[in-house]
Amino acid sequence: MNFETTIGLEVHVELKTNSKMYSPSPVSYGAQPNTETNVIDWGFPGVLPSINKGAYSYGIMVALALHADITRDTHFDRKNYFYPDNPKAYQITQSETPLATNGYIEIDVDGKKKRIGIHELHVEEDAGKNQHEDDGYSYVDLNRQGTPLIEIVSEPDIASPEEAYQYLEQLRQIVQFTGASDVKMEEGSMRVDTNLSVAPIGADKYGTKTEIKNLNSFVHVRDGLAYEQKRQAQLLMAGGAVRQETRRWDVDKKETILMRVKEGADDYRYFPEPDLPPVHVSQAWIDEVAASLPEAPAKRRARYVDSWGIPAYDAGVLTTTLEMANFFEATVAAGADAKLASNWLMGEVSGYLNAQHAELKDVALTPVHLAAMITLIEDGTISSKIAKKVFKQIIENDTDPKAWVEEKGLVQLSDPAVLIPIIDAVLDDNQQSIDDFHNGKDRAVGFLVGKIMQQTHGKANPKVVNQILMGELQKR
Amino acid sequence: MNYFNTDIQATHDALVSGAQTASDLVAATYANIATTDAKIDAFLALNPDEAKAQAAALDAAGIAADQPLAGVPVAIKDNILTDGLTTTAASKILANFEPIYDATVVTKLKEAGAINVGKLNLDEFAMGSSTENSGFKVTKNAWDQSRVPGGSSGGSAAAVASGQVLLALGTDTGGSIRQPAAFNGIVGLKPTYGRVSRWGVIAFASSLDQVGTLTRSVKDAALGLNVIAGHDEKDPTTADVPVPDFTEKLGQSIQGLKIALPEEYLGEGIDPAIRTKIEAAAEQLRALGATVDTVSLPHTKYAVPAYYIIASSEASSNLQRFDGIRYGFRAKDVKNLTDVYVKSRSEGFGPEVKRRIMLGTFSLSAGFYDAYFKKAAQVRTLITRDFEQVFANYDLVMGPTTPTPAFKIGDKVTDPLTMYMNDILTIPVNLAGLPAASIPAGFVDGLPVGLQLIGKSFDEATILQVADAFEAENDYLAQIPGGAQ
Amino acid sequence: MITKDSVAHVAELARLEFSEEELQQYTAQLDEILTMVDQLETVDTTGVPVTTQSIHLQNVMRADVAEPATATEALFKNVPTKKGTLIQVPAIIDKEED
Repeated sequence: MNFETTIGLEVHVELKTNSKMYSPSPVSYGAQPNTETNVIDWGFPGVLPSINKGAYSYGIMVALALHADITRDTHFDRKNYFYPDNPKAYQITQSETPLATNGYIEIDVDGKKKRIGIHELHVEEDAGKNQHEDDGYSYVDLNRQGTPLIEIVSEPDIASPEEAYQYLEQLRQIVQFTGASDVKMEEGSMRVDTNLSVAPIGADKYGTKTEIKNLNSFVHVRDGLAYEQKRQAQLLMAGGAVRQETRRWDVDKKETILMRVKEGADDYRYFPEPDLPPVHVSQAWIDEVAASLPEAPAKRRARYVDSWGIPAYDAGVLTTTLEMANFFEATVAAGADAKLASNWLMGEVSGYLNAQHAELKDVALTPVHLAAMITLIEDGTISSKIAKKVFKQIIENDTDPKAWVEEKGLVQLSDPAVLIPIIDAVLDDNQQSIDDFHNGKDRAVGFLVGKIMQQTHGKANPKVVNQILMGELQKR
Repeated sequence: MNYFNTDIQATHDALVSGAQTASDLVAATYANIATTDAKIDAFLALNPDEAKAQAAALDAAGIAADQPLAGVPVAIKDNILTDGLTTTAASKILANFEPIYDATVVTKLKEAGAINVGKLNLDEFAMGSSTENSGFKVTKNAWDQSRVPGGSSGGSAAAVASGQVLLALGTDTGGSIRQPAAFNGIVGLKPTYGRVSRWGVIAFASSLDQVGTLTRSVKDAALGLNVIAGHDEKDPTTADVPVPDFTEKLGQSIQGLKIALPEEYLGEGIDPAIRTKIEAAAEQLRALGATVDTVSLPHTKYAVPAYYIIASSEASSNLQRFDGIRYGFRAKDVKNLTDVYVKSRSEGFGPEVKRRIMLGTFSLSAGFYDAYFKKAAQVRTLITRDFEQVFANYDLVMGPTTPTPAFKIGDKVTDPLTMYMNDILTIPVNLAGLPAASIPAGFVDGLPVGLQLIGKSFDEATILQVADAFEAENDYLAQIPGGAQ
Repeated sequence: MITKDSVAHVAELARLEFSEEELQQYTAQLDEILTMVDQLETVDTTGVPVTTQSIHLQNVMRADVAEPATATEALFKNVPTKKGTLIQVPAIIDKEED
């Protein structure tokens, strides 16, 4: 029996706001527990929520970046459930009238574009955190409570774990380029829940789905889904049935593990939030957000290819993160040749960052310095060998490459008036090589260049040396 | 001393002239509460230290002539948060809850110089019409201590009616200010929804709750509303509209005002003696130059079921935060998290609160939402439209506040449905968010009767104008309950 | 007609527990109340919008500006059991919620 797989993804993204979704307390990471909270976050008796307009605007921004239709008239709803990290015992969310609906993301499948539909996006508040300790107690930290979130719910259009991976990669990139969120799985600012079902090819309805929660990297998502796909198919082949259940991915065992069986739908008793007046999103508001929407990664890629002649693959790498794309563009703007800038960023810069497990923001390198160094190479002021030294200096220290190269005497020797006497001296000492050259032995040239380089401590401009050397050889 | 033969203006004048100091007034107020409250049981907590310190500070600084409430002792319903002063909502689940912030209305009273002498009893979480649902004690009617003071602001009404304070704050979700005001023969004013901030008011039903005043006179109500009204950034459901001086229209003629008297408010279930009082009131208002016509509010009879679904649904959600984790009562002998929730809540809440939580949870639960919550919310629209149609042609709606005068303690507490039906005349106002007042309209068998005046949205001023004219025509203010003294 | 079983289910959702006697009493009372509520069925609400707020406001929002947090010490004044600045609760065994 052959099966087809249906996957839907629910992604939570934390918005990069100053204050919380429904309370003005600060949004921060890593603070001492319960020090960045207020009476609203704690659900004290008598408190009332208020809507963070900046958070809602970010939501609109992400929705526009995902080509979704903004819901013009919306209200908030309460989702009721008891849990220690949920102080009011309800979450204020948008159930009936989500922020936006009907968006999409494009991914590549076997060289062809495929659109994955986005069912809806809604704004809501994050919960606090429960910590589980071995002393028989759990502990609650409400610092995260109320942090603005958008939940992005895909259509069940995803047909394989690989497609899911691509969808997430694209989603992360698109959201990151809006600047609305850091979208970092490892920091929890992006979280993924998956739903997967399998059914015999051609079946007229979906199979029973299972959910995987608490996945903390895209690789785990792909692996977890692949495992689940296989597990369900094997179950069905053996004549068994899939139960509707929630599972988690065990990274060490490389398998999904049952968390709980779902018995019917959860009863969250949604109803309209009486404490918050509805929101009307005007065309003017949408236009304002659209005007501030940074260029999407796909548009940037096209621009790199069309205007700067960057290969498509390279353009893809440069737009992996907003930071890299911005750095690249700033380097070009500072006067660097686009192709050379691209080569440096994809080569030496990325290599350095990978080795150091660092990000661009962690190093001293600036676009202006990188562009200046590239110009020094291009105009022959430094050799590519010296360039490596210069690069190490400017990525580790905030140094102007031109000044540093001059200070350290690393400027390439390109002046024929200086070079000719040196070359003449080398030729005088190596008659055998001159003879070899005239006998058609090309490697004699390499030998002579090596000697000249030795004499100049590597600073001679190879191009100029070659030119003079060839002329002198013809003469002798 | 008691406050029967004075009002806020007279008290203020005495304070400004120096005939009286705020400190003496506070001391005398507490002395009177000590004797009267033994019979009335209006207070859950007193606030002598803060009150005396505040009075001393005011005496030292002098009472400003333009601050009519400065130095005036007031009391506050115990579902309104007072920083540092235990606030319980008359629930065992909050028996030891110490607020860490003031409700906006409390802040405003403090800024106006009013002195909070203590916290007043209520039905637990304001759920009830008799104050018998308090988790701590039963407050008595100022006129007959065998009878209920009404509710849920029973403590507020009894305290004012028995002369303990001139002004008390109450909250009104389905009649909780007006009904006890009627039962105790005083003025109870529920402002328009959105007129007064709910920040710091322990929520019962968020879309219905509103803070208001209980006073003996109409003018005192106007002075009280002047202080507590206004937009609050902390409450997104407050309206950013101008706040008039509510005393402005007092004393003005009501000549030419058009008043509607809904036939449904004098129909079946209304005590005939009360009907007679209301008809007499209508005659008095006509004599003062107003027109009074009979109109219809056809959906009135659906207000009670719609209200109990909506209010209980919101309450079921609002009261989930009382879970024994961050504040309030946590049951002893708990073995796990479920125990913390279930035992704390089951031991902490009283029977009426549980009943409403059950009704509300049921109304919102899967499969019942459309038939109950949604249906009730649609009927609420029809009730609101009834009022809109009448207010297209009239300035005010009048009727009785309650179907009967105060009933005996214990009479209805075992029969929730009969208790709920008692609210039929006050509930429609909350569903429509309108302002309304109950003012004294005479006595039936020695028990006070309330006249209810309902205004257009944000037109409390016209209610007060008519109430003041009616008050001036009668001598109800001069009648003093004997029992409390 | 509401059954004792559904009342028990609702109690579970509301995190309340009742004795057998209470359960019977609540079932009877809720049944009586719901019968009264059933008269809403006779109202024609076709095409009638819901009213969930009694004031017609919209777009009441605040700018994204952070205000200082409430003092942690004050927040902990009413906490039954704590450890440092964490709120302590009996061990959460079921970790299913998100």
